[in-house]
Amino acid sequence: MTTPRLELRGITKIYPTVIANEDVNLKVYPGEIHAVLGENGAGKSTLMKIIYGVTKPDRGQVFWEGHQVQVTRPAEARRLGVGMVFQHFSLFETLTVAQNIALGVDEPFDLDGLSKRIAEVSHRYGLPLDPQRLVHSLSVGERQRVEIVRCLLQEPRLLIMDEPTSVLTPQAVRKLFETLRRLAEEGCSILYISHKLEEIRELCHNATVMRGGKVTADADPRKETASSLARMMIGRELPVCEHSPAEEGGTVRLEISGLTRASDDPFGTSLKDIRLEVKGGEIIGIAGISGNGQQELLLALSGEKPLGKQDCAVIRIDGVDAGHLNAAARRDLGLTFVPEERLGRGAVPPMSLAENSLLTGHRDGMVRFGLINESKVNAFAEQCVRDFDVRCGGIQAAAKSLSGGNLQKFIVGREILQKPKVLIAAQPTWGVDVGAAAAIRQELIDLRNAGLAVLVISEELEELFEICDRIVVIAEGRLSPVTTAADTSMEEIGLWMSGLFPGSEKLEHRNA
Amino acid sequence: MIRIEPRPQPSRLMSYLSPLIAVALTLITGIIFSGLVGLNPLDAFHAFFIAPIDDLYGLGELGVKAAPLMLIAVGLAIGFRSNVWNIGAEGQLTVGAIVGGGLALLFYEMEGFWILPIMVVGGAVGGMLWASIPAFLKTRFNTNEILVSLMLNYVAILLLSYLVHDPWRDPDGFNFPESRLFSDSAMLPIILEDTRLHLGMVFALVVVALGWVFVRKSFVGYQMQVAGLADSAALYAGFRRRRMVWIGLLVGGAAAGIAGLCEVAGPIGQLLPSVSPGYGYAAIIVAFVGRLHPVGILLASLLMSLLYLGGESAQMDLGLPSAITGVFQGVLLFYLLAADLFINFRLHVDKPKMGVSTEKVAE
Repeated sequence: MTTPRLELRGITKIYPTVIANEDVNLKVYPGEIHAVLGENGAGKSTLMKIIYGVTKPDRGQVFWEGHQVQVTRPAEARRLGVGMVFQHFSLFETLTVAQNIALGVDEPFDLDGLSKRIAEVSHRYGLPLDPQRLVHSLSVGERQRVEIVRCLLQEPRLLIMDEPTSVLTPQAVRKLFETLRRLAEEGCSILYISHKLEEIRELCHNATVMRGGKVTADADPRKETASSLARMMIGRELPVCEHSPAEEGGTVRLEISGLTRASDDPFGTSLKDIRLEVKGGEIIGIAGISGNGQQELLLALSGEKPLGKQDCAVIRIDGVDAGHLNAAARRDLGLTFVPEERLGRGAVPPMSLAENSLLTGHRDGMVRFGLINESKVNAFAEQCVRDFDVRCGGIQAAAKSLSGGNLQKFIVGREILQKPKVLIAAQPTWGVDVGAAAAIRQELIDLRNAGLAVLVISEELEELFEICDRIVVIAEGRLSPVTTAADTSMEEIGLWMSGLFPGSEKLEHRNA
Repeated sequence: MIRIEPRPQPSRLMSYLSPLIAVALTLITGIIFSGLVGLNPLDAFHAFFIAPIDDLYGLGELGVKAAPLMLIAVGLAIGFRSNVWNIGAEGQLTVGAIVGGGLALLFYEMEGFWILPIMVVGGAVGGMLWASIPAFLKTRFNTNEILVSLMLNYVAILLLSYLVHDPWRDPDGFNFPESRLFSDSAMLPIILEDTRLHLGMVFALVVVALGWVFVRKSFVGYQMQVAGLADSAALYAGFRRRRMVWIGLLVGGAAAGIAGLCEVAGPIGQLLPSVSPGYGYAAIIVAFVGRLHPVGILLASLLMSLLYLGGESAQMDLGLPSAITGVFQGVLLFYLLAADLFINFRLHVDKPKMGVSTEKVAE
């Protein structure tokens, strides 16, 4: 039997508040695509950081091709032949592709020679990339290619991919898989970290499933079903949302008519003539790859960056001109909003849950004569914790002491308990474990059934198809036509996400 | 090896302990330094910290100096909690003294219980007026309030100097740069016999109580705290940042203005070229030693007041230079900032890891 390229024995890593890894064993063979599957917080990232030399384990050994090694720095890991593509890219937007890659090269080089090698490698693995282009002009998928090519230039024997598909369209995912398969055929080992079951079943030869820092199963994903993998991952059945057809003829609660706005950020996305109507009793989902104007659109819709007075009619909430209003005034009209960042935006990290209820819930009679009515605040917070199953050390627990999923449940609960007419939710289940994510999706569906207008912005297509009545795509600051979720497919939406939708400049350009 | 590593949670205990540690270290430093310059450390300690307050008059003096510090620091803390950095309390104090004192000079010939309240309001308005300049510039042009408020201190002091040198100079004052003495109706009554402790102390305590209600109970206080802790969350909730800048600066200005008025209508009794021994700056230290909390500020202002008295006493008894007070203030702030590091960080002693791994291999 061949020696494993990488073997971990009894890896344990303890942080002050949590055991991140406990007695983890893992073997990866040459040419194997090995999945590490687990929910957020299961300890996958810590394990990868240990392999890549970012973190030191408290106990346990690492063997590289049969020899015990102590990897204390990423540079040592790279020298062994380990490459890692992080979920969050570390690229300088004002530099070219070649310059960015040059920054990570340890040995001397000349930029022209490097550019040539970049072109070669990117061609060989089907990752088309122009070394001379500036990074800010690249799409997210292309940026990921830069990171992958950066790793491939060092001819790695083990490539770690951390949640690589969360930023890609379905088409781009397919291309990435081809690249990874070719690499594996050439003998490179791949550690593929993900919580997406279908992808793992399609791509990987082996899977190590983690839960709560421990390995709960080793499996051949090709022989498992999605639900059996889910059982290993979360310890029970994958919850399914109940979704009935939308009622027809709700009144328009949120109306965007011709929202055009240049971004303040030189590398941001300008919004171009956005038009959308969200009716009571429906969920509209906005799909799109991040960085295509979602941030800008949300800031404009929430009122965190209100429009000028002359554009007050561009955004109407429940029939009232709201474009010029700030976030508080829009909330007075019945809008609530679940932002993407929970700590620091949706909640004040060091403040208690009770105090965080007051942040947006104060309209509910919590303030009288300018003074805070503490018993009302506490009652609200307690109801929120109870109704939305927020696991915490009581309502006096600081927001930052909660796990991401529980804090998200609290924020969603706080926004729902205010009985809004319109709810906007950005990445409602991002970083949330599978069970909590299903609960949040069900809450959104229940709100719709109660006649609310719900707008969800998400990068997870599966999620949008699960809960939305209608879907629209944002690409390069423009909205595609709205389609009924039942009448479209992931493939079509994926194509639209790359900017090719009916009426888009790109498509007309191509047809001309 | 000893490393400094972040704590998983900021230490509550340490945030209360830190001022006490700073005070203790300041004392130790003081004792060491007095030894170095050839003094008997015990004498120096006695002259600095015991002698000034070993009788009723001394305790009264403690209150006389603590009152303005308390007033100003509570006002400043309200701004500081929302990251509005008003460094201009000295100037706001001065303009408060100018406006309030100017009213005293205006009503010089008159008598009546109504004069004093008008002066107090005048002092507050004067301080607010001065604080409104950085507030306006910040909300309108996004200027830095630290710089603007700090620079305005010098303008205010020069303005006072001009007034007492020329237009408001006492006509019977032998050309000394000082105003007339205020009439009895324009003076704050003494609240403790045989001392100089005046009504200003009552104002200060009332402001501490109001400050506590504002910080703990009021919604505006909550909003300002949110803005201080997480700006994006304040924006998300729709709290108006500009309003908070205005409130933060105006409250600080009003408190400093009242403190200035209390100085000229209390212990000083007239307008002089200088009406404050740096209370506006010392109050910044008081606010932080007091953890930006009104009750903490109450205690910290007593400490800072003692440093002022001790400095004076050390000048007289030990012949030390007047800079001694400033040195002690600086040392105290230095230690406080150093000790505050351990609210969010802790020392970590690395244990040798070799023992563990060899054991494992041996198995």
